[in-house]
Amino acid sequence: MLKITNLHVKLEDEDKVILRGVNLTVGAGEVHAIMGPNGSGKSTLSYVLAGRDGYTVTEGSASLEGKELLGMDPEARAAAGLFLAFQYPVEIPGVGNMTFLRTAVNAQKKARGEAELSAAEFLKLVREKAKTLKIDADMLKRPVNVGFSGGEKKRNEILQMAMLEPRMCILDETDSGLDVDAMKLVAEGVNALRGAGRSFLVITHYQRLLDHIKPDVVHIMAAGQIIRSGGPELALEVEANGYVDILAGGN
Amino acid sequence: MALMQLQQDALAARLAALPTASGRTTGWLARARADAEARLLAQGLPTKRDEYWRYTDPASLVAPDAPPALRFDPGDEAPVFGDIDRLKIVFVDGVFDAEASDDLTLAGVEIERLITAGEVDGHWAQSVLGVLEARGQTPVARPFATLATARAGDGILIRVMAKAARPVAFVYEHSGETSDAVLHHCIKVEAGAELTLLESGPGAARLTKVMEVEVGEGAAFHHVRVQGRDHARRAATHVFAHVGAAALFKSFTLTANGRLTRNEAVVDLAGAGARAHLAGAAVGDGEFHHDDTVFVTHAAPACESRQVFKKVLMNGAVGVFQGKILVKPTAQKTDGYQISQSLLLDEDSQFLAKPELEIYADDVKCSHGSTSGAIDETALFYLQSRGVPRPAAQALLVLAFLAQTIEEISDEAVAEDIRSRLEGWLQRHSAKGER
Repeated sequence: MLKITNLHVKLEDEDKVILRGVNLTVGAGEVHAIMGPNGSGKSTLSYVLAGRDGYTVTEGSASLEGKELLGMDPEARAAAGLFLAFQYPVEIPGVGNMTFLRTAVNAQKKARGEAELSAAEFLKLVREKAKTLKIDADMLKRPVNVGFSGGEKKRNEILQMAMLEPRMCILDETDSGLDVDAMKLVAEGVNALRGAGRSFLVITHYQRLLDHIKPDVVHIMAAGQIIRSGGPELALEVEANGYVDILAGGN
Repeated sequence: MALMQLQQDALAARLAALPTASGRTTGWLARARADAEARLLAQGLPTKRDEYWRYTDPASLVAPDAPPALRFDPGDEAPVFGDIDRLKIVFVDGVFDAEASDDLTLAGVEIERLITAGEVDGHWAQSVLGVLEARGQTPVARPFATLATARAGDGILIRVMAKAARPVAFVYEHSGETSDAVLHHCIKVEAGAELTLLESGPGAARLTKVMEVEVGEGAAFHHVRVQGRDHARRAATHVFAHVGAAALFKSFTLTANGRLTRNEAVVDLAGAGARAHLAGAAVGDGEFHHDDTVFVTHAAPACESRQVFKKVLMNGAVGVFQGKILVKPTAQKTDGYQISQSLLLDEDSQFLAKPELEIYADDVKCSHGSTSGAIDETALFYLQSRGVPRPAAQALLVLAFLAQTIEEISDEAVAEDIRSRLEGWLQRHSAKGER
């Protein structure tokens, strides 16, 4: 599904190297987690995959289902099936959440040459998906993320994911700023989307989220590289001992 | 003050190029016109050296002949306000077109042509026509308004005595490539009555226009205008409003394209509890100069005024906002609000804002703000990451930026016409590069 090879990335405006040769392959239907201390490059990896400005790829490649991602516009990556759930979902005053969702769904359908949803079809679908995420009608009407609580913003990300039905989902610290109940709700939303060959890359600081979203593979990232990979037990090891031992021992 | 010879010559040439106003040479209208012409000869026409014209060069408005302007082809776009049930009054190059207009009958409303009204002695309009305009000349002169009172070729007078069942719509068509139209409308909304007036279209290659509106006690007047999209058109428009106790005056303008547009609004809140809401949305790409000049006077207690003006500018377009709130000593408990904002889509465009407050009462709430900014790149990326192509994402953010002005429109169907039209323009602009 997702194949990252020897990816090197620096900041565009300064000579700061952030990723130093990331290698990662996520198979169809797999859930991978990336853990790592602050500043290890986890969020940069997610932004570079989604196509955010401000980074320069100096070496390496990343492909989604065989299609090279790095030369594509962000919207083309999305249409190809990539989705990034933001750590800090963006507030867009003046744009209604419904308008936003419908524009996004239909833009992707159009890009893929599929029929766009009518207003009625869209409404039915969004109501159904919103209900399972406990997103009420008011949240759908309000401007995108404006005045949303931390939990509401993250649920709104998962709603977008559910509506867009991507092939490859990247969750960037989706657990940050969530209480236990909100985290459960978000995790249920994610779990409901598992299957049908859909893959996930879950970026997190804490093992806690992985109790709810069970990964197949756990990677530890430090200083711009993946230094160790293993099964779910690796996350438990981090939880028990912190990153220090792993950083010292390497792979 | 004696005018400079050059200014005298410029005015003489401008007047010589205009036809003398038609109709009776005696009577109230003739007197109002003669009075205005005398005032104009004393005022002269502005130059760029006038403080009030510092940001907008009036030269092409002063020139004797209208610079040529081709008509804009709207393609298959539906006519503005086409779906609104309205009484349509059509002008072609500033001349009333009876054939294309609806029958001028509306329950509780008197509608007539300026020229016809001039024949009638003791007409109601004599207490409004030229009166509000003349009063609005202090503290700042507005010579193009004086010109319109003196030389208007046509215009409509409306007296509203009840709540009008449907809006009256002025449709200004532009036909001649160098047409130079001068219009003067006069509206009196009697106590407790209500009217919505819609205006659309470019009017002419160059349009000089005055609308005087007297809003009686407890009455309401809603004005919604969409200025035509001809690229080279020029316009100097003026709205003078006198708002009585507990009355409401609302005015919204959408402008896209036009080489030069100066929209002046002069509003007197004259009765206790009067309200005035003024809003404008402007979208300019390339050779576009758009000036909103607003002067709101709070002359009575407990009045409320709002000014909400937003402009989206690119490729060297220029936006100007001169907005003033004057609070007189008698106007305690004033609530005044003013915001002017621009969204600059590139580094070539500019926004010039001159917000002013002048307050002589002590129990007053007045706020004003003015900002210029670029598009929010983070929001753009967020939209793109959800699959929305960058041009469409930008159009969505532009529409969101302008949304606050459209919210000032009371009539939902009218607001929806404006919203969807603007959306269509922005989408076609982003998809096909249409301007």
